[in-house]
Amino acid sequence: MTGISKTTVRFFTVACAALFSMAAFAAQYGPGVTDDTIKIGNTSPYSGPASAYGVIGKAVSAYFDMINDQGGINGRKIEFISYDDGYSPPKTVEQARRLVEQDHVLLLFETLGTPTNSAIHKYMNAKKVPQLFVATGASKWGQPEKYPWTMGWQPSYKTEAQIYAKYALANIKDPKIAILYQNDDYGKDYVNGFKEGLGDKTNLIVAEESYEVNEPTIASQIVNLKNSGANVFLNVTTPKFAAQAIKKAYEIGWKPTQFINNVSISTSAVLEPAGLDASTGLISAGYLKDQTDPQWKNTPEVKEWEAWMKKYFPDGNLADGSNVYGYTIAQTMVHVLKMAGDNLTRENVMKQAANIDNLELPLLLPGIKVDTGPKDYYPIECMQLQRFDGQKWSRFGDVVCAETPDT
Amino acid sequence: MDVFLQQVVSGLAAGGIYASLALALVMIYQSTEHINLAQGEMAMFSTYIAWTLIDAGIPYWIAFVATLVISFIGGVLIERLIIRPVENAPVLSLVIVFIGLLVIFNSLAGWIFTYTIKPFPSPFPESPISVGNVVLSPHSLGAIGVTLLILLLLFGFFRYTSLGLAMRAAAQNPVSARLVGIRVAWMLALGWGLAAAVGAVAGMMVAPVIFLDPNMMGGVLIYAFAAALFGGITSPGGAVFGGFTIGVVEALAGTYVPFIGSELKLLVALVIIVGTLLIKPTGVFGKAVVSRV
Amino acid sequence: MTAAAPRVAGLTTRHWRVVLVVGVLVLACVLPFLVSNYRTFQLTMMLVYAIALLGLNLLTGYNGQISLGHGAWFALGAYTTAIMIDQWGIPYYWTLPVAAAVCLVVGFLFGVPALRLRGHYLALATLALALVIPQLLKYQPLQPFTGGVQGILILKPEVPWGLPINQDQWLYFFVLAITLVMFVLGWNLIRGRVGRALVAIRDHEVAAETMGVNNALYKSTVFGVSALYTGVAGALSAVVVQFVAPDSYNILVSITLLVGIVVGGLASISGAIFGAAFIQFIPQVAESVSKAAPWAIYGVFLILLMFVMPTGIAGFIKWVSYRFLGTRGGD
Repeated sequence: MTGISKTTVRFFTVACAALFSMAAFAAQYGPGVTDDTIKIGNTSPYSGPASAYGVIGKAVSAYFDMINDQGGINGRKIEFISYDDGYSPPKTVEQARRLVEQDHVLLLFETLGTPTNSAIHKYMNAKKVPQLFVATGASKWGQPEKYPWTMGWQPSYKTEAQIYAKYALANIKDPKIAILYQNDDYGKDYVNGFKEGLGDKTNLIVAEESYEVNEPTIASQIVNLKNSGANVFLNVTTPKFAAQAIKKAYEIGWKPTQFINNVSISTSAVLEPAGLDASTGLISAGYLKDQTDPQWKNTPEVKEWEAWMKKYFPDGNLADGSNVYGYTIAQTMVHVLKMAGDNLTRENVMKQAANIDNLELPLLLPGIKVDTGPKDYYPIECMQLQRFDGQKWSRFGDVVCAETPDT
Repeated sequence: MDVFLQQVVSGLAAGGIYASLALALVMIYQSTEHINLAQGEMAMFSTYIAWTLIDAGIPYWIAFVATLVISFIGGVLIERLIIRPVENAPVLSLVIVFIGLLVIFNSLAGWIFTYTIKPFPSPFPESPISVGNVVLSPHSLGAIGVTLLILLLLFGFFRYTSLGLAMRAAAQNPVSARLVGIRVAWMLALGWGLAAAVGAVAGMMVAPVIFLDPNMMGGVLIYAFAAALFGGITSPGGAVFGGFTIGVVEALAGTYVPFIGSELKLLVALVIIVGTLLIKPTGVFGKAVVSRV
Repeated sequence: MTAAAPRVAGLTTRHWRVVLVVGVLVLACVLPFLVSNYRTFQLTMMLVYAIALLGLNLLTGYNGQISLGHGAWFALGAYTTAIMIDQWGIPYYWTLPVAAAVCLVVGFLFGVPALRLRGHYLALATLALALVIPQLLKYQPLQPFTGGVQGILILKPEVPWGLPINQDQWLYFFVLAITLVMFVLGWNLIRGRVGRALVAIRDHEVAAETMGVNNALYKSTVFGVSALYTGVAGALSAVVVQFVAPDSYNILVSITLLVGIVVGGLASISGAIFGAAFIQFIPQVAESVSKAAPWAIYGVFLILLMFVMPTGIAGFIKWVSYRFLGTRGGD
């Protein structure tokens, strides 16, 4: 055989084999990833009625700043692109499309709100872009068979409400239950979860009152609830209205066993304005440490958090629990990206997110971990009941975990 | 009966909130013939100024007065710098300017003070008073009292002082007012300043109850707008009447009309307002404007 | 002796206007192939707003009846479409005439009692309507229809007849076609007797009545027609976004529409397009200027715009062409 010598053939074969194996081990990138950056997208309500929650997006951004300063994740820095959607679903659709189709982000992270996430739910799954760790407690985000690209993060509202229901049934003699809830999906989700937790005893509910987010005051609802003769009060309100409700109930002399939802658990943002006396005896379920609570304030984990706040988020409010939420959810994201290593495709990131194995994070309550599996898209399912003693939240009982992931 | 009374009391307390801002709206209307949609946000911003002063250690009443003064000056400045250039523009263009102001104040407040709610102190005693089985909050009583006081002051000002008369003249007929020597430009600025001050009082009375945050006045403004028009935009007494009526009707509708409950009580209030307007198109106590053709 | 019409480069302004319109139309047809799907989506939404603004302009700009609640018709149209698609599987294009008819009737019914109200009082009544809509949409007994707070999801329309374009482009052209139809109809309306009657009523009601214009009929009918336009826009928005929820239709929608017609130019057909471009794209511009307080920047834009162009963009253009080209007349 003339022309091509055996040596040449051998050389090319070896060269091809080498190139091939290099390709197999080389980094694989999805959209938005380069050797130095990973682009992550987000929509948050920085304006409009839910603007109080925009803080979480800012905290997340500040956490990523710190990670970047420390060298990034496997040598890549995070570029966090966050747009305002004003809590308006059509706007969320527009901003999400912008992030995916124009900014070419790798994934969407910590998008906030139930109607807003609902609006992009189908789109994200059709486009096969991860909609990771959505910042809402609605129970519908954990459906891996139908929506494999969407995952929640925090314990669902239904899980929490069921914990309250079961506690009430087990520990209160002759309970008569009154409910105050915000008239939107968040409020209704809680109420439905609570009723599910009561099982066939929903007749124990003697009064239900709702309110709208743009209502100035809810005093008249509280009066009606007291009048129902209830001795148990399920308070499903956001911080401003929670403070109003707690204060008003105390003012008119109504002292039921009161459950306050986790959304409004903050000592400084809710209980202090409402009045510490008025708040004594409140029961809630938590999964994050309250950084203003005396039992956690001086621990090394909280001190580390404070140092981060002071350096990277100096405008942030040290007493706002949203900053603990943002810190912890960002840590979860960083963990997932670390596990993905150099294989930063959307598929692999989603796969890693669905394989978190008992991750402990510094600001989660002891005994509560982040854990997912291919069929378990509920990262945090455990909470612990706590009672406010006038100064701090005291945990009691065991850590309670959801029995089965509900849809 | 107890529930009825307690709901009436709650309704009056809520109504007092609406009435106080409604007075600011009437004030600005009486002096400029415009309804300033940004009045609520300006009141909220004034309250934040007060909060900043109190947080820095300044005693309540000094901060209160200082806020009134600052708000007054702010109102005058806004009129001279922002409203003056568009004075002669079509009415709707002015409305857009008001909307612009609204959005600016709201956004600035959120940026400077964040969205976490802040408690605001009340000058009235804390502990509730019980009359029979009905509980009254001293702050709500005090706030209602302050509202009525402002009402009296405004009423007296516009009715019995020459300055008040000059302001009304400047608003209703600027050309003729100039001819009799009224300095219309300053009357308008004064009107804005006074309205801003009234708004500041409203904000400081309202904040202890509903807590201070940038979106505090959003819902209140709509009710105040309804109250002012329901009562007749030219009548301060009408605005207060409107505020109390709306508050009480809403509370009672939410309690006693079963299929409505709290879900549709806003609907009930609005139906009543619009229904009344259809019977009396210029509001309960408003004057019909008669103009020559 | 009348002067000859001024000519620029050999063509009269009337000719130039035709050239301009044709140019814009050609551009509109070509754009979706030049820009990304995301931009096409944005342009589609802009067209939807243009229809809504034309509706509001008919009522407020041409007829002088102020409405602070046009978001209500937007919501009514959107939900009519969503419910028909979701409950009865009706194709999206057939829902449009139904949404139009529903809004026409309800708008007219609202317009009749509104005859008694003027100025601020009418504004309040329309505001009341807009406030009530989200509450009604969330009302528990209506939930099986409206989907309550969860809203209703709609499937994205498929491209028909095997055309070689994608879904976003198809939606764009569909909306563009509807927009053209609505605008031509509106333009005809304004040019003719009806338009003159509306403007006469706005400028001087008593004089108009004396001259034989049936004020009551015109005023309530224009309410209905205005609602029809904005309702069709709402219906289209439901199809383009594929999701409706009560939270999407709060008071901000009504305020945005009002901002749109004033910024675009009252009593102007082209104003609807300028206004739509403003409300669709300027918030993004404001966000790029200031991440921290974007709405403050938006507010500053609004105020500055009103300083410089109190009659809106269309009004400004008219003024410019009058001053520099000596032209007069409508748009």
